[in-house]
Amino acid sequence: MSDRILLAHGSGGRLAHELIEKVLVKPLSNPLLDRLDDSAVVPFSGRLAFTTDSYVVNPIFFPGGDIGKLAVCGTVNDLSMVGATPLYLSLAFIIEEGLLIEELERVLLSVQAAAREAQIQIVTGDTKVVNKGSADKLFVNTAGVGTVPEGIEISGSNARPGDKLILSGTIGDHGIAVLSQREGLGFATKLESDCAPLSGLVAEMMAVSRRIHSMRDPTRGGLATTLNEIAAQSKVGIRIEEEKVPVRDEVRGACEMLGIDPLYVANEGKLVALVHPADADAVLDKMRHHRYGKNAAIIGEVRPDHTGRVVMKTTLGASRIVDMLMGDPLPRIC
Amino acid sequence: MRLADDFRNSELAKGLIDGIRRTSTRKARLMEFCGGHTVAIMRHGIRQLLPPTIEMLSGPGCPVCVTGNADLDKTIALARIPGVILTTFGDMLKVPGSRSSLQEARAEGADVRMVYSTLDALQIARQNPSRQVVFLGVGFETTAPTVAASVLQADKEGVGNYFVLSLHKLCPPVIKAILDSGEIKISGLICPGHVSAVVGSQSWDFIARDYGIPCVVSGFEPLDILQSVHMLVSQVEKGEFKVEIAYRRGVSAEGNKRALEIMYQVFEPGAAAWRGVGTVAGSGLRLGKAYQRFDAEAAFEFDPGPTVEPKGCICGEVLRAVKTPQDCKLFRTVCTPANPVGPCMVSSEGSCAAYYLYEATDER
Repeated sequence: MSDRILLAHGSGGRLAHELIEKVLVKPLSNPLLDRLDDSAVVPFSGRLAFTTDSYVVNPIFFPGGDIGKLAVCGTVNDLSMVGATPLYLSLAFIIEEGLLIEELERVLLSVQAAAREAQIQIVTGDTKVVNKGSADKLFVNTAGVGTVPEGIEISGSNARPGDKLILSGTIGDHGIAVLSQREGLGFATKLESDCAPLSGLVAEMMAVSRRIHSMRDPTRGGLATTLNEIAAQSKVGIRIEEEKVPVRDEVRGACEMLGIDPLYVANEGKLVALVHPADADAVLDKMRHHRYGKNAAIIGEVRPDHTGRVVMKTTLGASRIVDMLMGDPLPRIC
Repeated sequence: MRLADDFRNSELAKGLIDGIRRTSTRKARLMEFCGGHTVAIMRHGIRQLLPPTIEMLSGPGCPVCVTGNADLDKTIALARIPGVILTTFGDMLKVPGSRSSLQEARAEGADVRMVYSTLDALQIARQNPSRQVVFLGVGFETTAPTVAASVLQADKEGVGNYFVLSLHKLCPPVIKAILDSGEIKISGLICPGHVSAVVGSQSWDFIARDYGIPCVVSGFEPLDILQSVHMLVSQVEKGEFKVEIAYRRGVSAEGNKRALEIMYQVFEPGAAAWRGVGTVAGSGLRLGKAYQRFDAEAAFEFDPGPTVEPKGCICGEVLRAVKTPQDCKLFRTVCTPANPVGPCMVSSEGSCAAYYLYEATDER
């Protein structure tokens, strides 16, 4: 077999079969996938949660993860954010001709590890190869399904005045870790992406409270954008305290240097939860005992006033509006 | 670096704010020249914490914002020349010129690449010997030495396809022009931190000496700025006017001699057109005689077309500090960071963007 992906690998012929069987299916093997039928047929009952996302990160390998881990965790987390138990995932690759097969294998190993950790099965998939220049190495799409227990209604629309706002840990780790690897930037940092499946953490949170009203993972657009979305959807105000938002020194330093605000930097293993005030401490305590919630903190609350807006008390004690992200944050000149 | 603990400590900040409140009895109009300071002041809500005696004005210290439409049109026309790769810092991509922006030119097929360093631009030139690589030189004394260094390196290596469009601007002459216009009266100046790291605090001596205006060079953390305000207010109260440094970890009186040497080896002062302020003699940098062959303006033939100013936009007045972003009819209605009309809404250091993003609120 060639050591690089060729256009023929996507042709549906013998090379394609070889690639699918040896590289793609083998590490993910399970009885549902191994059948290789046109659709996976799975038993199911109850309320279904269904989500999809596409992943186009550059570079595809970064400290703390790669596009494979991201593609599993991202979709698992989207399921978890509505209180669903993730069950099955689809996995589709769009590969740029010339990708090293060894790189694809590494991505598959990450997919395997992340799927195992999240206890989710990959049951169907697809591969396409496009001409050089028509994609950036590797694009991945995953779709996922899970079940939502009866009585659980977690939604961005359900935040209520009085709810406590819990953040599961430090913000900006993923965005800055990826940025640090970009060509031409390459500042040295030991920082790793926080990319992680949050299904286990969410299961523990739900075990101590049935009154988690809203949950969301602050990915692109960062914490600021996510909170604005919830404030708008739930028609409430959200107030946070700058001092309580955990930010690593490395992230803060890099953000200062680049002229960007950590509140707008992407995360891939963090969540915000809006929880009934009576349950907040119990949920927080549970989170802090979980590996993905060690730095969890209550950073604010939901207010009946300033509907649709997020207000922050700054470290100095002043108040200001925190708006949504506007376009790409571009590094500044001076 | 422990920015969080050392320079954002809320207890220390409270002490400084109390100090300012105790000291300030007279009306004081303080101008922060630098856009980086404007952003920090807005982001941390510093204005709300100052006593009513103190008024803060935002100055023209945003290199993107002060680049005029005629110059922006030049960059866009250059980018559209077949074979040219235009390299630029990210800030410049979205700024609208008379008819379009670099971002739009790129979408239409121009080869515009964002770089983080001038040496990356030079590397692109080495890697593409059959193309002409132009670096868009926008910035103050902070940036110009790094552009000069890339020219020296290209000269040393004999890289023949590297060019610079020098739209660099110098800060002290424009402050002088603004003060000379008599349009605004200020009682204190927060001098730019990074610019001063290069030019030295002595570059502001003339402001204290000739205009009787107290000056303090400030860093960019909230405590730096509060300390600078405190020092300015103290001078105002005592009737003093001298240049002080509240940013000793970055700035000396002499500045960075090596950087200045490189800058003036490659460039020489010339007139520059500032948005809002107009043409100011000696406030720009053009390539010196020995480095003429790197001058993109001389090397290419291009037609930037007629200059059109955006209708209703008051960026010019905002840059001169005679108006604030809120005085603009377009602010928040037509002009937003997603749909900017003028450059002050585009740049991350622009006053309009800072006022938009970090709007103060009384809601506690």
